[in-house]
Amino acid sequence: MSAGDGAATLKPAVSESDHAEGSTNASVTLVEYGDYECPYCGSAYPIVKKMQSAMGSDVRFVFRNFPLKEAHPHALHAAIAAETVGLHGEDAFWKMHDALYEHQRALDDSHLSRYADALGVAPEEIAAAFEGGKAMDRVRSDFRSGIKSGVNGTPTFYINGVRYDEDWTDVAGFLAALRSAAGVAA
Amino acid sequence: MATTKSVERRELLPVGTAAPDFTLHSTPDTVASLSSFRGKPVVLVFYPADWSPVCGDQVALYNEVLSEFGEYNAQVLGISVDGVWCHQAFKKDRNLHFPLLADFEPKGEISKTYGAYHYDGGESSRALFVLDADGVIRWTHLSPDGVNPGADGILSALEALTPAQRGTATAGRES
Repeated sequence: MSAGDGAATLKPAVSESDHAEGSTNASVTLVEYGDYECPYCGSAYPIVKKMQSAMGSDVRFVFRNFPLKEAHPHALHAAIAAETVGLHGEDAFWKMHDALYEHQRALDDSHLSRYADALGVAPEEIAAAFEGGKAMDRVRSDFRSGIKSGVNGTPTFYINGVRYDEDWTDVAGFLAALRSAAGVAA
Repeated sequence: MATTKSVERRELLPVGTAAPDFTLHSTPDTVASLSSFRGKPVVLVFYPADWSPVCGDQVALYNEVLSEFGEYNAQVLGISVDGVWCHQAFKKDRNLHFPLLADFEPKGEISKTYGAYHYDGGESSRALFVLDADGVIRWTHLSPDGVNPGADGILSALEALTPAQRGTATAGRES
């Protein structure tokens, strides 16, 4: 259903194929649909880190790709580069994810290739992934799932599968919503 | 350039209605008629104004989703009361790949005909219509002005169309 019809929900639900930080036993799962070049996602990056540090093992964080490639010329390649690195392990994926958000102003192909290289992924592999393959397929599939889930901009967050329509820049409110969903006293 | 006789509706035209035809400027030099898109589904996106933050997100989102809409053979048309030069600048700035139509003179006439007009603010409301290939309204949605309705409702509505309603009956698509 669309936004005006009540809370949009995550489709498909979080599964083992998602990139996740934190325990599968965590009492609350926070999902972000994000774009590596989106300035709002850049602002959200440290806020998510804050949530993770405040919630500890109570929260699991999942990232899905929603590159707005018409608005952000490097967003699609950045997402593909991150997914390509992710094929080499979850740990490498999250290092790449963080590197991209920490270098949002330098996301051209040569920089993407450099960040990947630093994590042990050859520039040739990144260049090939831009042409197609598993990483690109995954980015597309994330994007489609985002549309079905009612993503209406980036970033869009889901707390335990329900879209968070409140203002995520209100850090105290965001944390309170996560704690409430986790059943943890504030 | 509006060709439809003005009918001031206060509620969205209901599902099952034949969508009233109109002709509006899409650029300073060209006009577009709804009837010229007959044969494919049309998504009419009424929105309050170019440049305002939520609209920006909404049209930017549809711009990204055009290829998904295209899988259903659908054409997206944006409509607001902004003039052609404003639309042209907005379209260029946001790199939009679908037409923005100017419901500018008489102001809001088409929006009023579709029941998608705010009389107090003098702008189109945030209303969506999905028309089938024969120009019949198959789905509508009205959002509060500050809420971006997303694209999922439109895609579900397009998915629900039969191959004939999508204008692809001979293309062997599944229903």
